[in-house]
Amino acid sequence: MRHLISPLDLSVEELDDILELGKKVMEHPENYSHVCEGKKLATLFYEPSTRTRLSFETAMLNLGGKVLGFSSADSSSAAKGESVADTIRVISSYADICAMRHPKEGAPTVASMYSEIPVVNAGDGGHNHPTQTLTDLFTIKTLMGRLDHMTVGMCGDLKFGRTVHSLINAMVRYPGVRFVLISPKELRIPDYLRAEILDAERIDYIETDQLEKYMPDLDILYMTRVQRERFFNEEDYIRLKDSFILDASKMQYAKEKMYVLHPLPRVNEISTEVDNDPRAVYFKQAKFGVYVRMALIMILLGLDKEVR
Amino acid sequence: MLNIGGLHEGIVIDHIQAGGAMKIYEYLNLEKLDNSVAIIKNARSNKMGKKDIIKIEGPFDLDITVLGVLDHKITINVIKDNEIVEKHSLELPDMVTGIIKCRNPRCITSIEQELPHRFKLTDREHRIYRCIYCESKFKGK
Repeated sequence: MRHLISPLDLSVEELDDILELGKKVMEHPENYSHVCEGKKLATLFYEPSTRTRLSFETAMLNLGGKVLGFSSADSSSAAKGESVADTIRVISSYADICAMRHPKEGAPTVASMYSEIPVVNAGDGGHNHPTQTLTDLFTIKTLMGRLDHMTVGMCGDLKFGRTVHSLINAMVRYPGVRFVLISPKELRIPDYLRAEILDAERIDYIETDQLEKYMPDLDILYMTRVQRERFFNEEDYIRLKDSFILDASKMQYAKEKMYVLHPLPRVNEISTEVDNDPRAVYFKQAKFGVYVRMALIMILLGLDKEVR
Repeated sequence: MLNIGGLHEGIVIDHIQAGGAMKIYEYLNLEKLDNSVAIIKNARSNKMGKKDIIKIEGPFDLDITVLGVLDHKITINVIKDNEIVEKHSLELPDMVTGIIKCRNPRCITSIEQELPHRFKLTDREHRIYRCIYCESKFKGK
């Protein structure tokens, strides 16, 4: 049985299979509307996340399956002190697959150790968020036609932003990818990512606090929100939250074929005036997330071959 | 200089990085032991300049796995009848369970007390252990 806990659980080939299936789903969603009939997805969300939870639920409903679950720890047995291990053992007998979001890092790993159904990590604290990475990769591949040989700018909170860490980990596996890492000094990428991934793999990257300067180089600009919930100290959050705001004046430095991605929700790091720019693809990206989650659910349930 | 032969029977934990003896003492829970224990700090060493040594008298069953994780340069000498009968260098175990603890406040182990703390060796050359749950690095030394 397969789980998806970290984006690196998938080989490049497996990733390509998911993206390929996602593309087929996007082109002909009607062919997949009954694939998961009789199957149930449990969404175990110990912290609120409207978007990710609804994306998973939409994906399962689009496949003809059903959904059950909870959307905060208060409304689950966790409030009574039940462990993740016990919860997943019970849920294993109710559902066929589950998506788990948890504020603590490693909770989905614990679940996968005790589960009898595939576990998909839907975000564990500041750690991993592999289906967001699948969404990001699917968006880039669909719009650019490739995942190699490009310059990817990452901007905002690169320290706690798990989507950034996961995307870097996934994209270093493709040749010719260069990173421009734009953040205030305090929110730079963690040391381990710099030492064990970027330096170890001899990846071309720059760390900077100047967005405008590097804007013309970028093929992709991945914006992130400075997340209040990742800070133990409110003062630090307030000091750093408005570090980088993307607006129309900065967009004028960008290539005509550059794309702006954002895992959403946005607060104010992308000015709403950018929304109408054809290069702003973050709402499209959310839609792509449903297709790629549909592909993932089918593959983890072993139902992908039924339509192909 | 110190005389290992002074120990009739026991274990000498040698070549501990200077200043590290108390940490080893704590990890091995030596305070709970009835045996005589000597801690020698900042002993002269040709190889290391300065080193710490712990001598434990009498028979003592030692789990050396933890020592490899904490300080791989340590050597263990087993003494019987005033002689060194065994000399061990330490190897890094691939996985350590229940010995060292994850200190990441965001890790699931911080709220689920019954979970075993497990660390995996992810980089042998740099002796890096990471929590299997949150992947935080163990900062032993």
